[in-house]
Amino acid sequence: MATETRGEEGGLAFHPMDQFIVKPLFGDGPVGIVTITNVTFWMALAVLCVVALLVLGTRGRALVPTRTQSVAELAYGFVYRMVEDVVGKDGLRYFPYIMTLFMFIVFSNFLGLLPLSFTTTSHIAVTAVMAIVVFVTVTVIGFVKNGAGFFGLFWIEAAPLVLRPILAVIEVISYFVRPVSHSIRLAGNMMAGHAVIKVFATFAAIVAISPLSVLAIAAIYALETLVSFIQAYVFAILTCVYLRDALHPHH
Amino acid sequence: MATEAADAANGAAESSVGMPQLDFSTFPNQVFWLVVTLVVIYLVLSRVALPRIAEVLAARQGAITSDIATAEELKQKAANAEEAYERALAEARAEAGRIAAEAKAEMQAEVDAAIERADAEIASRAAESEARIDEIRKGAAEAVRDVARSAASDVVAALGVKVDGAAIDAAVAAQMKG
Repeated sequence: MATETRGEEGGLAFHPMDQFIVKPLFGDGPVGIVTITNVTFWMALAVLCVVALLVLGTRGRALVPTRTQSVAELAYGFVYRMVEDVVGKDGLRYFPYIMTLFMFIVFSNFLGLLPLSFTTTSHIAVTAVMAIVVFVTVTVIGFVKNGAGFFGLFWIEAAPLVLRPILAVIEVISYFVRPVSHSIRLAGNMMAGHAVIKVFATFAAIVAISPLSVLAIAAIYALETLVSFIQAYVFAILTCVYLRDALHPHH
Repeated sequence: MATEAADAANGAAESSVGMPQLDFSTFPNQVFWLVVTLVVIYLVLSRVALPRIAEVLAARQGAITSDIATAEELKQKAANAEEAYERALAEARAEAGRIAAEAKAEMQAEVDAAIERADAEIASRAAESEARIDEIRKGAAEAVRDVARSAASDVVAALGVKVDGAAIDAAVAAQMKG
């Protein structure tokens, strides 16, 4: 059994990153822009899960909710309260937008935990698009709502006058770093966990350390389940924080 | 461009060195499908799911509010009923007290009457007994006189003195008086 996973050199063959390869679902051709790939498949699955939970689950419109409806209401209430608490009442207009991001990320993360699955949110291309969309939207909203007053976000009036230009530079840099950290945080967390699991799975081929390796996989899997939810939460709440900055730049 | 990207992708897949995340040839594909996915989820959520859930939550909130109002009303009713019950109970208690007092007074009167009757009877019986005792006493005195007279006449006769009855009677009467 161990020999199966041994490479040509006789050692263990580590392919922790193979799980992230984007490949066409049908055939072996090139990956064009509309090619049906494993990305398409797992994203479609995430859409189906969202629909199953939030649309089919609430089909009954029951006053006393069923289990699925209860979970759907819990998710709704969770994000709704987050938007209300962090952004404020005027942020509730953007609630469907944040709910979309949260539901997509949470389901992509959890689907990615299935063995042999493909984790769409572990790709920087995916998270970067979401982060850039958030960044652009928030910046546009900021300028539309506050006009030039949006620059007040960088001009901290609580600080002494001498420090303000320096702080303004720091604030501007941190503002533009936001989409970078926003996207890399999610992709990095998802990628790292899955890669580590894969490495431990490769070690399981060695009989002597396989029990340890299996235990480690179980432990990391539990951690990853937590991380999957937390990263979705972090992404959503940071979006809320950025939105609050856009709506109320004077903090 | 497309073939070049495909070659790069295949190369990455075959050698599996480096990060597939940085294989730029797959970016357009991922971005395209991500946008499609997000748009679909957004439409589904904003058109169907979120209004529905909001509606359900509002309906439940309404039901809870109206239920609480009903419960408040019922509680008020229960409080009223309890008050009425307490009042009725107090009234009944007062009535019972009154009846008991009345009964007690009645019984007292009866007992008093009975005692009076008994006293009267005892008095009359005592008087009767006294009269009888007097009679007996009188009878006894009479008997003593008879016995004294006959004894005296016997004694006198035994002594051989002849005395008439009247003299003995007088003597006995004189003795008994003394």
